[in-house]
Amino acid sequence: MAIPARVSLFITCIVDQFFPQVGIAMVEVLERCGLQVGFPEGQTCCGQPAFNTGYRKEARRVARGWLEAFHGSEAIVAPSGSCVAFVRQQFPELFHDSPAELDEATRLAARTWELTEFLVSVLGREDVGAVYEGAIGYHESCHLLRELRISRQPRALLKNVRGLELRELDLAQECCGFGGTFSVKFPELSAAMADEKLRSAARAGAETLVACDMSCLMHLDGRARRLGLPLRCLHIAQILAGTSAGTAGRAGA
Amino acid sequence: MKTVLDERIETALEDARLQAVLEQLAFRFATARNQAAADLPNWEELRTQAHAIKRHTIENLSTYLQQLEARVRERGGTVYWADDAAQACSYVVELARARGVKLAVKSKSMVTEEIELNHALGRAGIEAVETDLGEYIIQLAGEKPSHIVAPAVHKSRAQIADLFEKKLGLPHTEDVAKLTATARAVLRQKFLAAGMGITGANFAIAESGSIVLMENEGNIRFSSSAPKIHVAVVGVEKVIPRMADLAVFLPLLARSATGQKLGSYVSILSGARRPGEPDGPEVFHLVLLDNGRTRMLADPVAQPEGSPRRPTLRRQTLYCIRCGACLNVCPVYRKIGGHAYPWVYSGPIGAILTPQMLGFPMAPKLPFASSLCGACRDVCPVKIPIPEMLLLLRSLETESMPGGRWLERTGFRLWAWAMRQPWLYRLGGRAARFIPARLLAAAGPLAWWRKTRELPVFPGESFRDWWRERRAPPAGMTTGRRP
Repeated sequence: MAIPARVSLFITCIVDQFFPQVGIAMVEVLERCGLQVGFPEGQTCCGQPAFNTGYRKEARRVARGWLEAFHGSEAIVAPSGSCVAFVRQQFPELFHDSPAELDEATRLAARTWELTEFLVSVLGREDVGAVYEGAIGYHESCHLLRELRISRQPRALLKNVRGLELRELDLAQECCGFGGTFSVKFPELSAAMADEKLRSAARAGAETLVACDMSCLMHLDGRARRLGLPLRCLHIAQILAGTSAGTAGRAGA
Repeated sequence: MKTVLDERIETALEDARLQAVLEQLAFRFATARNQAAADLPNWEELRTQAHAIKRHTIENLSTYLQQLEARVRERGGTVYWADDAAQACSYVVELARARGVKLAVKSKSMVTEEIELNHALGRAGIEAVETDLGEYIIQLAGEKPSHIVAPAVHKSRAQIADLFEKKLGLPHTEDVAKLTATARAVLRQKFLAAGMGITGANFAIAESGSIVLMENEGNIRFSSSAPKIHVAVVGVEKVIPRMADLAVFLPLLARSATGQKLGSYVSILSGARRPGEPDGPEVFHLVLLDNGRTRMLADPVAQPEGSPRRPTLRRQTLYCIRCGACLNVCPVYRKIGGHAYPWVYSGPIGAILTPQMLGFPMAPKLPFASSLCGACRDVCPVKIPIPEMLLLLRSLETESMPGGRWLERTGFRLWAWAMRQPWLYRLGGRAARFIPARLLAAAGPLAWWRKTRELPVFPGESFRDWWRERRAPPAGMTTGRRP
């Protein structure tokens, strides 16, 4: 696809309400890449929570709002693999019996990108001039990895961050146990899975855990704090936004 | 509120010994499988072919089953169609009675676990002995298999030593060679004395009327050839059209299950002993079992070929070749083990099989016990889209119980309504910032979240408020208003 001049932020409800600093970091990174950034204010949520809990009618209502909000967007970029995967893989299922909406969903899905995928695969930028001092571990969130098959892009970006030391987790590709409503329907099991990931981060000597999905990180961070672990969790946008030592994750941190 | 599943998960998580066993097993199997898959340059092509063959066969199941039946009969075998577990069990019991069988040897078979054949035989006074070592161990312990391929995987060496001491009188030893030799000596006598051998089948070949069995211990070959009667109990979905299809399925099954290139023994059995043949059973009976399988075939969601929707989602459950690879990579199975699942089929495949075969009330919450990580779909040798199927089952379950979970349903209805009013969403987000977190987390999802984790710190303002206050949108960028 041609390189777009303008991008619409698909900010995801979790980032909007709980982690605005991630959205702000994303704006910084995209503008540094010379893009005009917009935020369609009609957006709320993509509908995934309802869909994954079995409420397809409700999910469809919300997804319809998403289609309307992004109707005029040239390129749509989100700080989440999971929400992008939902738009790309599940919207067709959701609108399978409504041809007009299915067409619109297919059209918009083809211009919706996860942040690191957009930077590397669309813009061709593996270096966004970021600086970060510290040893980080990278958690490969499941929908990013196994729905969107994105693994190379975030690693390429991290490799080009000055001062950053990437410590490989032996369980980098294991699920962290968040799983949406799974995390509240099975809180103990979900936490047991998080503990595997946290132990893997500790074995790797990572001071900070980085991922492309705030939902996984919210869960891992919440678990780490419950256990009193010193581990810090940052979205990759926060790392990429840092331009001098100590500025990463500054906004709102 | 608390289901049996919740209780079993709790028990499993607290069982430190089980946790250690599961961690070891799963990684050992998963690593072996990954290595074996990587060794075959055409692995992905094989998976695609296997999926296509299965799809073709299941879409034409009645044709291939009738062909199978005709070929088996031509070779002098008997075919019995069992609608359900009860019919299958009584057929085998009656057959044993009529032939005066007092002892039957069995190979490991998930389908006979499914129909609880051993109990049926036992009730009729017929001793059924499991001859697969793992299955023999759990039979001695009076348990059910906890893994499709490795039934006794939840047992430690020490537990097995205790069991052999108690049940077989073997002086306590954890020496694997001694334990195995003891089982072997006991089982050898059973093989020689048994009047009936009962097996399952990995595949049934329609064009030749053969059944195919892969194994590592030789016990299946012994069970199917030494006794005078051989009975194979086979789910109807096990049929494949041609002998040549084995070239696709055998390597996929062996490598996916145990990481082997092939099982140590592969038997292709085409009926009973014929005149002039030195060994083999005198009679061969094939029990073709439905037991809920054709309900999946009659998938009401099935779509005609060429439909934009992926066709026959539920039918794809019938593609499974029971390799167990999805269990080994499943982060949920690796934490809770096979016994936490409501039925004999565990792991991701169990989570989609059980509700469809037994009905949702028999497997409460099961389709929800997944983080939807997708690891199962990536290893499945026949490419069953298990996560998509779990999602479908979740929606079918919620639809099937309009009265149940009314609170959750109402919550999602309200949520969907609010999400369609961006102004309300914005105001709601602002208002929530003034409510103390403790109050918010007093009940409901946030309380469940806080059982094991801290809540995120609510920031002073949302992204959208930051955007509206600090960023005047450039002209033409107020996109997204309704066109």
